[in-house]
Amino acid sequence: MQELFWIFISSMLINNFVLTYFLGICPFLGVSNSLETSFRLGLATTFVMLVTALCAWVLNTYLLIYAPYLKVISFIVVIASTVQFIEMLIKKLSPALFRALGIFLPLITTNCAILGLAIFSTNRGYGFAEGITYALGAGLGFTIAMVLLAGLREESELSDVPALIEGTAMNLIIAGILSMAFMGFAGLFSSA
Amino acid sequence: MTESENRDYNEFIKGIWRDNPVFVQVLGMCPMLAVTNSAINAIAMGGATLFVLVGSSFLVAAFKKWIPKQVRISCFIIIIATFVTIADYTLLALVPVVHKELGAFIPLIVANCMILGRQEAFASKNTVRLAVMDALGMSTGFVIALFTLGAVREILGAGSLFGIDLFGAAWEPWVIMILPPGGFLTLGLILLVFNWMTQRKQMFMEKVAEAQRSDS
Repeated sequence: MQELFWIFISSMLINNFVLTYFLGICPFLGVSNSLETSFRLGLATTFVMLVTALCAWVLNTYLLIYAPYLKVISFIVVIASTVQFIEMLIKKLSPALFRALGIFLPLITTNCAILGLAIFSTNRGYGFAEGITYALGAGLGFTIAMVLLAGLREESELSDVPALIEGTAMNLIIAGILSMAFMGFAGLFSSA
Repeated sequence: MTESENRDYNEFIKGIWRDNPVFVQVLGMCPMLAVTNSAINAIAMGGATLFVLVGSSFLVAAFKKWIPKQVRISCFIIIIATFVTIADYTLLALVPVVHKELGAFIPLIVANCMILGRQEAFASKNTVRLAVMDALGMSTGFVIALFTLGAVREILGAGSLFGIDLFGAAWEPWVIMILPPGGFLTLGLILLVFNWMTQRKQMFMEKVAEAQRSDS
């Protein structure tokens, strides 16, 4: 139980997917212009990560021990079809949620944080419970980073920024400072 | 130069400067930032991406007639994933040390949006020859970008280039540059320089246009 808790904290704060591993930078820089959408996208990504962790565990236990060279291909195919399937399921069961997620749901397929999660957790040999905990932490960490950047960007809209630095350059520098702040979590426990 | 050679040259050169995938289109950021803490890692990553992009552009352009429109994205992804697997195992066999450093980021080339973007935007609509030229140009631009970032970070963060000590013992390394925040900050600053150059060029062109107008 204690180990699961540390996996959760570690993937959420210390080894934050966006700010330490640089995964999922595209949505992080691309769609972080409003707090509301960033939060929704973060939650949708967390959900897909949980399902992916489940699929990765199944694939890893039943397929990849026989054919390890299929890892990349099988993961990407499974992720793409899972996202498609979830999209259809949500559309059928809850049209309101489907409208709220909008275009972001299909875009999650090309988010490298999802594939990264599957690869990292199989490389570390995580079991079922560990994998799910890892996915939950990583997803929430992604949400936190998105919401933080979106909040800062909303503030910067109101302030007088030199035209030269506006746009991606400024977002990257903000992200760098956020990343420095997150390094402070590295001292939380020693066996990170 | 004949016309077709000229076209080849144009497709090649646009990826290096005018449409540079990293500095201008801001694509493929994840591997870009993650593996550029030293120049040698940057080159290895760039090489692997070059192989995958050229290989899959070639296949996509060659098979474009047989790929049904509705499932084209899945087909592209499977082709890309095949080349990534080849690159992964080749690196593991030839340079195990570098492979260990890059770790999980080699399989992640699949999710590099630059590669899928080129298949969708260019290779699936053009001849094999042009697709390969475009892929070569784009990936050369990507390698240059990776190398610039990797070299800056290694020189400042470790005081060396390709592992060769540059400044001697008196140099106090800026450790932050090889840690994650350094990646964000360096890329942000490089983009700033790019913006500045584009702005200056624009101002220069406006001046030229104005001078021409006052002449006539």
